[in-house]
Amino acid sequence: MTDTPRLELIGITKAYPGVVANNNVSLRVMPGEIHALLGENGAGKSTLVKFIYGVQKADSGILKWEGEVTDIPNPNVARKLGVGMVFQHFSLFDAMTVEENISLGIAPELAKSGLTQRIIDISTQYGLPLEPDRYVHTLSVGERQRIEVVRCLLQDPQLLIMDEPTSVLTPQEVEVLFRTLRQLAADGVSILYISHKLQEIKDLCHTATIMRMGEVVADCNPAEETPRSMAEMMMGGNLTPPERTGKAVPGEPQLIVKALNVASSHSHGTDLKDIDFQVRAGEVLGIAGIAGNGQQELMDVLSGEVLVSDPESIIIDGNPVGASGPNQRRSVGMTFVPEERLGHGAVPQMSLWENAFLSGATRMNLLNNGFMRIKQSEEYAATIVEEFRVKTPGIANVAESLSGGNLQKFIIGREILQKPGIIIALQPTWGVDAGSAAAIRQSLIDLAANGAAVLVISQDLEELFEIADRLSVICEGRLSPGRNTEEVNVEEIGLLMGGISSEPITEVAAHAD
Amino acid sequence: MIDFVVLVLLTIITASTPLVFAAIGEIVVEKAGVLNLGVEGMMIVGAIGAFAVAVTTGDATLAILAGALSGLVLAFIFGFLTLYLLSNQVATGLALTLFGIGFSALLGNGFVGQTYGGLPHLDIPILSDLPIVGQLIFGQDILVYLSVVSAIGVTWFLGRTRWGLAVRAVGENHDAAHSIGFSVALIRMGAVLFGGAMAGLGGAYLSLAHTPLWVENMTAGRGWIALALVVFASWKPWRAFFGAYLFGGITIIQLHAQGFGLDVPSQILSMLPYLATIVVLVLISRDDSRLRLSAPACLGRSFHASG
Repeated sequence: MTDTPRLELIGITKAYPGVVANNNVSLRVMPGEIHALLGENGAGKSTLVKFIYGVQKADSGILKWEGEVTDIPNPNVARKLGVGMVFQHFSLFDAMTVEENISLGIAPELAKSGLTQRIIDISTQYGLPLEPDRYVHTLSVGERQRIEVVRCLLQDPQLLIMDEPTSVLTPQEVEVLFRTLRQLAADGVSILYISHKLQEIKDLCHTATIMRMGEVVADCNPAEETPRSMAEMMMGGNLTPPERTGKAVPGEPQLIVKALNVASSHSHGTDLKDIDFQVRAGEVLGIAGIAGNGQQELMDVLSGEVLVSDPESIIIDGNPVGASGPNQRRSVGMTFVPEERLGHGAVPQMSLWENAFLSGATRMNLLNNGFMRIKQSEEYAATIVEEFRVKTPGIANVAESLSGGNLQKFIIGREILQKPGIIIALQPTWGVDAGSAAAIRQSLIDLAANGAAVLVISQDLEELFEIADRLSVICEGRLSPGRNTEEVNVEEIGLLMGGISSEPITEVAAHAD
Repeated sequence: MIDFVVLVLLTIITASTPLVFAAIGEIVVEKAGVLNLGVEGMMIVGAIGAFAVAVTTGDATLAILAGALSGLVLAFIFGFLTLYLLSNQVATGLALTLFGIGFSALLGNGFVGQTYGGLPHLDIPILSDLPIVGQLIFGQDILVYLSVVSAIGVTWFLGRTRWGLAVRAVGENHDAAHSIGFSVALIRMGAVLFGGAMAGLGGAYLSLAHTPLWVENMTAGRGWIALALVVFASWKPWRAFFGAYLFGGITIIQLHAQGFGLDVPSQILSMLPYLATIVVLVLISRDDSRLRLSAPACLGRSFHASG
């Protein structure tokens, strides 16, 4: 390994109106190094990597590539230098095939004939199976990410930037990705790795740079740190992991779902088959599963966005609601935290208090003969902001101006303050920084301790083991029977997520030994 | 009788060609994610531009180029306003149509009542001497041939070339296209200009070949039919081509039906293209994934790079 860093940033500063996204940031990445970039939402990581990839310009600072001062005005130049990037929000085109997507994102010379074969070669070499003719909208999230990775690899990158690559992957998919990344690093490729998942960073990365409020606050060796110590460096304070305050004795079932069969409305969705479960007052039921196994469909059916013909198949606190819409379900005690924050959980262009009104109108009595009670709605929003420590200049700010973690705290708070009998949350901490995630989990646990039923559907096993009393797994639209969290381990759940039922587990384990 | 059929078919070709130009052009524009409702305006300005040059110089080639250029200039105004100043596409497009109709009337004031001999026919040797089909298919003017070529060319461009892929990419997901490194505004501008030139050609065909004279408001809603055609064809050039002939055919047959004293109110027949479009819209909107595959996902949405 030479001493010349592959990439060196010196004093990068970038300001947006009102915020300094990067303030005098310096960083060096050596060849063959897996370098973590850590920080909470809004710490300036994305701004920094967008600058490296030429998507955004910095106000001042120097970028050195292989020791030479270099200017990267646009992504084409970045790619020519050998910088590849996998975006957090995939830069893919749904209505195009895998191959078309790949050919758009690489140098024109590479997009000539023989591309199909090279895609297949690269994807087998690194264990990332892809079918070049498939349309992207038919693929799972994990498969979509593979497209981005293969697209980068086709260009022989010297530096690979990955922006939160694992937030949408299953444990098994993460393993495959890590194997690929280690193989690349061994071949001399530098990797700049952004993630919130500190355990992953500890397992994978050689060095880490920690950012807070746009500045570098520490450099460290992740192997010598604990996830908790890194989280505290990111936050600049102490992290309180969620705690359970004694176990409430589960009470009456708040939600009963019986023999639920629903055909998906999307042509590539998953049909729900014979879903059967209960959530009792005072308990947290976690539903694990790989993305695209029916979670979204289950959420749609439970929230009333999709109705079923038999009202008795969904019962909330004794009321059959299978055929009733979301507002009726709210009025009998159910509230929801959808996965998509902007567009589903909140209206992006509306202010926080308007968003509070939209969801709370029924349960918070914010309507007066069809007119909005504006003052009460504002008070309600202000209470949410205060109690759930949402960072925002004010409740008149639009939802989309908040960072992901803050908006999610607002949405969770909005639903919890409605004092639900049952709350349903889909991926409640997706893309949320460690501090906010801990706060969100704690508030869900507290809600259950106060006697509400909580249903959390998540792909994040760590999260589910932390907060759930019972666990089920959804796979291909079927739900496994719930089991007490203390009685199962991550491996068993992982196998269930992969579609292997609990019976042959011992057998598989025996063979593995 | 055969002569009559040939005559009807000839007039159908004449009625359809302007629609082919305008619709094929608009498909490229919409595939790039821009909704330009100014097709009618660009057509009519193309019509007067072409006619004015034809009458003053007598040169058919210059006249055709003038028609395309007039549409292109109007499209440039639209593109500059919507892509660089980020004005609303729907409002700007409507304004463009209103502006084009008024502006063309002003320009055309001195040309009312003048006549032009029509575009020369390009007979393809030997083939044009064939009975019946000879004159019908191989004895047309240059613009009719060009309309066929443009349908094939655009299909090939959008489906097979890297730049065609780039046009579809900015229409499909402009944020992704930007982060990959394409200049969204530039690609869209290119598409808008192409659409303008094509609409201008459609207008030029009207005033040079269809009815070789200048009448105020002579496009008579053809720009709107072309816009409807784009959706009717679910953004596929070859379908738009046949759709244009279907719609053109309906208008002509409606005329002849009246000539034969057939008792169908002409209003009903002139409603047909729009009715057909509504039916198609309903049909393709029923299936979420089909709609997603054909309609550009970013259609009508402004893009600002700083995002």
